[in-house]
Amino acid sequence: MKIKVNNKELETGASNLLILSQELELPQTGIAVAVNNRLIPRTEWEQFVLNENDELIIIKAVCGG
Amino acid sequence: MEKLIIAGREFESRLFLGTGKFRSNEQMKEAIAASGTEMVTVAMKRVDLNDKEDDLLNHILNPKIQLLPNTSGVRNAEEAVFAAQMAREAFGTNWLKLEIHPDPKYLLPDSIETLKATEQLVKLGFVVLPYCQADPTLCKHLEEAGAATVMPLGAPIGTNKGLQTRDFLRIIIEQANVPVIVDAGLGAPSHAAEAMEMGASACLVNTAIAVAGNPLEMAIAFKEAVMAGRRAYEAGLGTVGHNFVASASSPLTAFLNE
Repeated sequence: MKIKVNNKELETGASNLLILSQELELPQTGIAVAVNNRLIPRTEWEQFVLNENDELIIIKAVCGG
Repeated sequence: MEKLIIAGREFESRLFLGTGKFRSNEQMKEAIAASGTEMVTVAMKRVDLNDKEDDLLNHILNPKIQLLPNTSGVRNAEEAVFAAQMAREAFGTNWLKLEIHPDPKYLLPDSIETLKATEQLVKLGFVVLPYCQADPTLCKHLEEAGAATVMPLGAPIGTNKGLQTRDFLRIIIEQANVPVIVDAGLGAPSHAAEAMEMGASACLVNTAIAVAGNPLEMAIAFKEAVMAGRRAYEAGLGTVGHNFVASASSPLTAFLNE
């Protein structure tokens, strides 16, 4: 199925967010993921089912004042 | 010197550092260490899945340092609340530098949205440190909404112009029951010293240190200036010679009450 991650289209077979995070090799700390503009805490990733056309935002720290 | 207390946490250092604009992470790390700071800001960006750069937090995290994520890039209260929730999840802290500046040219904070977001974020359990206009009335409203501090600007962000808002900062400091942190515009250690002499609780500095010829030495200079200014304030300087009250040219509210 097709989803969008940070505005880029991605083809994935991942059924839930935890599996997707492993596919994308996301780090264990220092990031947050939102699906369709709603934060999904890491503890809920395994239960969170992904659907076609879901839009994900993944953020991390960057230098700033 | 008195310790600074924000939301129950004690700080020995009254200098907070931003992490933007340094020429390298190594230089930033050295400046953080040299400054003695215990509060450091970071921003957020979208992860580039093709870029496996190292994590900025590895250069900052230290048990003595309170990480202060900012909401830079948001344009209204709704986006700020979303960004705050992302920050809390990513960085494991409920401390937040709330900054809402929809205008990309001058980066001036939106007072109405900042107040709205503060009210919402406090209810959601965040320790909110709002970057705001040097507006005494707004600062009172932010305090009443539960802000842990107020962070009025000395001058537009990144301009190094010093305390352009000094008369308003004086009123804010006089009226505040929460720490007042002068944020933005401090271009030289003397600016920071002046803010501290006036009774500011702390200063947040980024550009002036990051773009200095020698950021490490400049970090030390700011550290010393903040300490000197605070010491002078505690020694009594802030109580002498600066008393003024506004004098109305209209008869205020007499027509309502009599």
